Amino acid sequence: MRDSGGMGANGTDILTAGMTNDVVPWVDDLIAVRDARDEGAFIRVFGHFGPRVKAFLMRTGMDAALAEECAQEVLVTVWNKAHLYDATRASPSTWIFTIARNKKIDVLRKQRRPEPEDLPWGPESEPDQEAVIGLQQESEKLGRALRDLPEKQRELIEKAYFGDLSHSEIADQTGLPLGTIKSRIRLALERLRHSMK
Amino acid sequence: MTVKHHLTDDLLMAYSAGDLPEAVNLIVATHISLCDECRAALGSYDAVGGAVLDTCTTVEMSKASLNTVLDMIHAQDTQVQDKPVSTRIKDDVLPAPLIDYVGGGLENVRWRSAGMGVKQAILPTSKDATARLLYIPAGTAIPDHGHSGLELTLVLKGAFQDEGGYFGRGDIEVASEDLNHTPVADISEDCICLAVTDAPLKFKGLVPRIAQPFLGI
Repeated sequence: MRDSGGMGANGTDILTAGMTNDVVPWVDDLIAVRDARDEGAFIRVFGHFGPRVKAFLMRTGMDAALAEECAQEVLVTVWNKAHLYDATRASPSTWIFTIARNKKIDVLRKQRRPEPEDLPWGPESEPDQEAVIGLQQESEKLGRALRDLPEKQRELIEKAYFGDLSHSEIADQTGLPLGTIKSRIRLALERLRHSMK
Repeated sequence: MTVKHHLTDDLLMAYSAGDLPEAVNLIVATHISLCDECRAALGSYDAVGGAVLDTCTTVEMSKASLNTVLDMIHAQDTQVQDKPVSTRIKDDVLPAPLIDYVGGGLENVRWRSAGMGVKQAILPTSKDATARLLYIPAGTAIPDHGHSGLELTLVLKGAFQDEGGYFGRGDIEVASEDLNHTPVADISEDCICLAVTDAPLKFKGLVPRIAQPFLGI
């Protein structure tokens, strides 16, 4: 369920109700994996994110067999690095995206990826529930904003993240000069930013 | 000390998308280590990536897939702890990503003379872009050096001044090939920088080519 109607209207209701999957999908499950090594929760995370990670990796240029294998490894990493998941800093989708992206760099570019220092990305002693809810609500809002974009604009943003857009492909797909594509992406991002306000 | 010169949004987005050469990733990660503003901006670009992952189409995993994964986690069910070099070494000049590439602190850098008292050390990255540490004695000017593509310069110690402004620790200068600049190290102390240059047309992907700052999301 992604329905979050009225979700932001009364934050305290959400806080007292706890984080249900209705409000912040997958946070509970990921935290159960992190704190309780809950395999049932992991299987649910696998069921939701496995097919998405596989599709993402195929879009970045892997064939189905390689994408399948890498998606499995990404999910194993989710299990192994669950102790690094911090719900005040990333939604489950965002966190799993970064793992899938690093797998892509590792496999397709054969490079390691330098990461910024610190990331006390580990769980804090006193998890701030309000910060968790706030971040997850913003993530939901961003997801809705992305879905609400006109299709062409959404596709361009997706392609930027999949990295599957080359000069010639741009020309082939749209027949537009690069300058126009550039303005379109800027417009898409500005709309996205605007709808986040 | 506050950072005044930041990464461009196109670089942040391309770093988030995983679409940059290793040397460029290194300087982005190093700047972010010193700059909370860009760290936060990166978080928002990662969130766009998460939203893309969430809204994109799905491709069914094979039937055996779940069991394969469960077997894998059962076979090695200990939480994997990452222990890169940088978790053991602290350095006043080199942030963690650089400690990993130098293999230690500043005293471990293997400097080579580049003339005029300037020293450099090229770091081991993939060949599609080059990362080097530069040591510039106080008050020394680096003559305008031709570069055919993007040049990124991040100050780690001391400061330099050029046509683009005054750059202190944490500041990054993003120079394209049409910028004519003659950096001069500040007179007060020797300057250490991380400089990254890309060979022409080596960037892959759309975003870096666009090279126009997006407004932050």
